[in-house]
Amino acid sequence: MSTPSPTAIAWQRRRAAVGRVWQEFLSDRGGLFGLAALSLIVALAVFAPLLSDASGLDPTHATGRPLEAPSGHFLLGTDNLGRSVLLQVWWGARISLLVGVLATLVSVGIGTLVGVAAAHFGGWTSAVLMRFTDFFLVLPSLVLAIALSTVLNRGIFAIVLAVGVTSWPSTARLVRAQTLAVESRPYIERAWALGAGHVHVIIRHVLPAVAALVFANTTLTVANSIIAESTLSFLGLGDPNAASWGEMLNAALGSGAVTYGAWWYLLPPGLAIALVVLAFMLAGRALETVLNPRLRER
Amino acid sequence: MGEPLLELRDMTVTYHTGRGPVPAVRGVDLVVDTGQTVGLAGESGCGKSTVALAVLRLLPTTARLGGKVLLNGEDVVAMKWGRLRAVRWASASVVFQGAMHALNPVRPVGEQLAEPILLHGGAGANTVSSRVGDLLEQVGLPARRARAYPHELSGGQRQRVMIAMALACDPQLIIADEPTTALDVMVQAQVLDLVSRLVSELGIGLMMISHDLSVLASTCQRLAVMYAGRIIEQGPARQVLQAPAHPYTKALSAAFPTIGDPESRLAPRGLPGDPPDPSALPPGCPFHPRCPSAFADCVDTDVALRPVDTGRSAACLLEVRP
Amino acid sequence: MIGPVSTALAPDLAPPTTPGGRGGGTVRHLATKLGGAVVSLLMVIVLGFFLFRVLPGDPVKTITRGAPVGPQQLAALRHELGLDKPIAAQFVDYLAQLARGDLGESYQFRVPVSTLIGERIGPTVLLVGVATALAILVGLWLGTRAAWRRGSRFDRISTGVALLLWSAPTFWLGLVLLTVTGNLFPSQGLINPNTPAGFLPQTLDLLHHLTLPCLTLVAVLYAQYLLVMRSSLLEEMNADYLVTAKAKGLRDDLVRRRHAVPNAMLPTVTLIFLNLGLVVSGAVTVETVFSWPGLGLLTYQALQGPDLPLLQGLFVVLAGAVLVMNLIAELLYQVIDPRVRAT
Ligand SMILES: Nc1ncnc2c1ncn2[C@@H]1O[C@H](COP(=O)(O)OP(=O)(O)OP(=O)(O)O)[C@@H](O)[C@H]1O
Ligand SMILES: [Mg+2]
Repeated sequence: MSTPSPTAIAWQRRRAAVGRVWQEFLSDRGGLFGLAALSLIVALAVFAPLLSDASGLDPTHATGRPLEAPSGHFLLGTDNLGRSVLLQVWWGARISLLVGVLATLVSVGIGTLVGVAAAHFGGWTSAVLMRFTDFFLVLPSLVLAIALSTVLNRGIFAIVLAVGVTSWPSTARLVRAQTLAVESRPYIERAWALGAGHVHVIIRHVLPAVAALVFANTTLTVANSIIAESTLSFLGLGDPNAASWGEMLNAALGSGAVTYGAWWYLLPPGLAIALVVLAFMLAGRALETVLNPRLRER
Repeated sequence: MGEPLLELRDMTVTYHTGRGPVPAVRGVDLVVDTGQTVGLAGESGCGKSTVALAVLRLLPTTARLGGKVLLNGEDVVAMKWGRLRAVRWASASVVFQGAMHALNPVRPVGEQLAEPILLHGGAGANTVSSRVGDLLEQVGLPARRARAYPHELSGGQRQRVMIAMALACDPQLIIADEPTTALDVMVQAQVLDLVSRLVSELGIGLMMISHDLSVLASTCQRLAVMYAGRIIEQGPARQVLQAPAHPYTKALSAAFPTIGDPESRLAPRGLPGDPPDPSALPPGCPFHPRCPSAFADCVDTDVALRPVDTGRSAACLLEVRP
Repeated sequence: MIGPVSTALAPDLAPPTTPGGRGGGTVRHLATKLGGAVVSLLMVIVLGFFLFRVLPGDPVKTITRGAPVGPQQLAALRHELGLDKPIAAQFVDYLAQLARGDLGESYQFRVPVSTLIGERIGPTVLLVGVATALAILVGLWLGTRAAWRRGSRFDRISTGVALLLWSAPTFWLGLVLLTVTGNLFPSQGLINPNTPAGFLPQTLDLLHHLTLPCLTLVAVLYAQYLLVMRSSLLEEMNADYLVTAKAKGLRDDLVRRRHAVPNAMLPTVTLIFLNLGLVVSGAVTVETVFSWPGLGLLTYQALQGPDLPLLQGLFVVLAGAVLVMNLIAELLYQVIDPRVRAT
């Protein structure tokens, strides 16, 4: 056998590290619950078209009476247009999760870019970027998101953009700190000495090393984004045709479900949001604890 | 008054961690008489601080303490909480390893000095500040430094504050856990001087812990050497240093670490290998994997401490073979 | 939006490194902070202008969305609002207005934005102030107990409930509270017009109206204080000086009260101020749900137009308030933590 190449060794080590993280993650009950709940919800959302009939979402095909209490036929009752609340919550998961994930991608993208740049180039660039980041960090993000989604054309993408653009600063700070830590390691110095360029160092060394923590942070950002989406939709900034959970709550309020006491219309979307956010948070927190030794139980 | 000031009888401490039990101290017998200075030496991780904390039952809740700790003949292990609190600091006090962290960072040091005095009724509220001033002057700091915060003092000054604090309630016993580590050589010598002087002036019993034999050589009458949670040799300090019986002590004293050399802390020069992990000790004599004179029996005989001379004992098979 | 989650769960609020020298250092430090805050405020103003004047393209179209207006009317409106000038000139005008304390005129209410904000600021301060105070009390108390008995049933339950409440959208909690309590509490407004005059009945009625919105905000807010206090105290509990305190013979509860808790509170105090962004966003939805006539409800009303000058004014005022609170937090930290306090 020939000796394995350095890259192979590096990958082997990385695989071993992933295995170790996985083992430790499994010992965290909260994290495990989060992961299980998420897997279930994501599976249900993805396979909704196969498992249920979307035509029930169309008001013109509604089969129930308005605001019918839960019964054997409608397990969670009906909304003001006589549609099944259960079906709506199920399909709403698709939109809420989609918006949450897309917004997170935008946010993590910006955050990583800014963070890596601030750490990698240092000096003046870093100072300006960090000043900028700190500024956005303290800005009340809901107010900014409201502003953005007001002036953009209303709809899902306005919300994705609004949430994404307002929630990147914490990722940027994390990435910057991690990048600084990685770049001070000797093997990076060696790479520099061997004449590696910025792009090479960032892509081959920095990004793989910061990816894990960014990933953990990402799960927390998804949780944030889902709440933010529901808040914006609730304030009437969403797309009425894309029935996310927030949009459902907005409709519930608008149709007088509160005065009517239609708890079956009000509770499920909110509980769904809380459950998903909690699951993301527990999983993210467990992952962060495993990855970040500073947070580990001492 | 035949009974010793402090006597440890078969003391054991096991930390229960998520990765299984860690037997950090595995049966230690040690005696400190009134006015006597006893040194406890050993590499990092051999359980020295654990012994120190166990004397006043200051271990974290994950630790289980066994055996007997007789302080003035009274068993600390069996004490009720109220009695234990009364004994703490009044009968025995501790100079902790790393004074930077052992002092509350956001309170003036004077306040921290006054705390045990007020608690144990050593002085009324009106005399306490003069007592604090006296204590500080006793360790060579001006009384006005009482208003300083720990971060405003140098490492040596903080260590002096710790020593003053240990003296606050006139204890009969002081346990000094590496009082001079992390200080530079000059300051280290000053602090050691101060400790020895105070101890002999006040007639206090002192248990001095260090990984550094040179520190102990200059201050101690008796010396105990620990390895992997056990004492493997003890006796009069001079004899132990000049004619060590155990190969580990030999290696330690041969490599006589230079004061203040951080490297020597981890592994004495001339001694190959790492200190053993207490949760996975080798069978037989725990030192055998690193021992230059190990032979077949060492691998499976767990040898106990036994007398080698008057007032001396060692735990090595070589010492009992003719 | 609920602020950075990971920060809430594992605060990284380690005390800033000690600023250089003493005496002169403090003044310089203060000046730096103040300067930074002023720059941030300017950035808020620029951002607000960009968002509400530049980004919408033609604000007049937004205002008149859906209404049948002819091109002359549009042009007249544009002229009236000063929107026919070049952007740079508009910005200069805007700055000049701001300097006079003029935030422009609301399209919707036809009154100066500053007047509107002035009218609505009181109820918001009342709601947010009371809710924050309660949340801090509850959160710190529960967090301290949870940390001290880490892993106990109390710890697990209180942390679990806090996480769950914190995961729920604020407005939804409000709606649920409204539904659950039925007619026990008024569902909207500040005060009932039929309440007899006089201090006592008026105050009681106000408290009656305040209960539900306040409870909602507390439910969302206290979790963060609990979690931060808990983790900050847990971190503190590993500190060596607590062993020293124990070694001195202090009772456990004194070790906690005198040493651990006060030290763990330091980062928490800062967080209370840093959290104001969260409180502001909480207020927007809670005020909307309960029709509490504060800045949050005003924001919601402005959204309906959308009333761009009003939104712009609110944006500047709310963001500015958060910036000021941050400045206070940083300065406060200097005062309460001797490690960063330079005497
Ligand atoms: N709280 C704890 N939980 C688990 N294991 C511990 C704990 N504290 C100490 N240990 C382990 O017990 C052993 C003895 O530790 P101790 O602190 O007594 O060593 P030491 O001799 O004082 O070392 P040093 O010279 O570095 O201070 C070490 O192996 C350490 O890893
Ligand atoms: Mg130690």
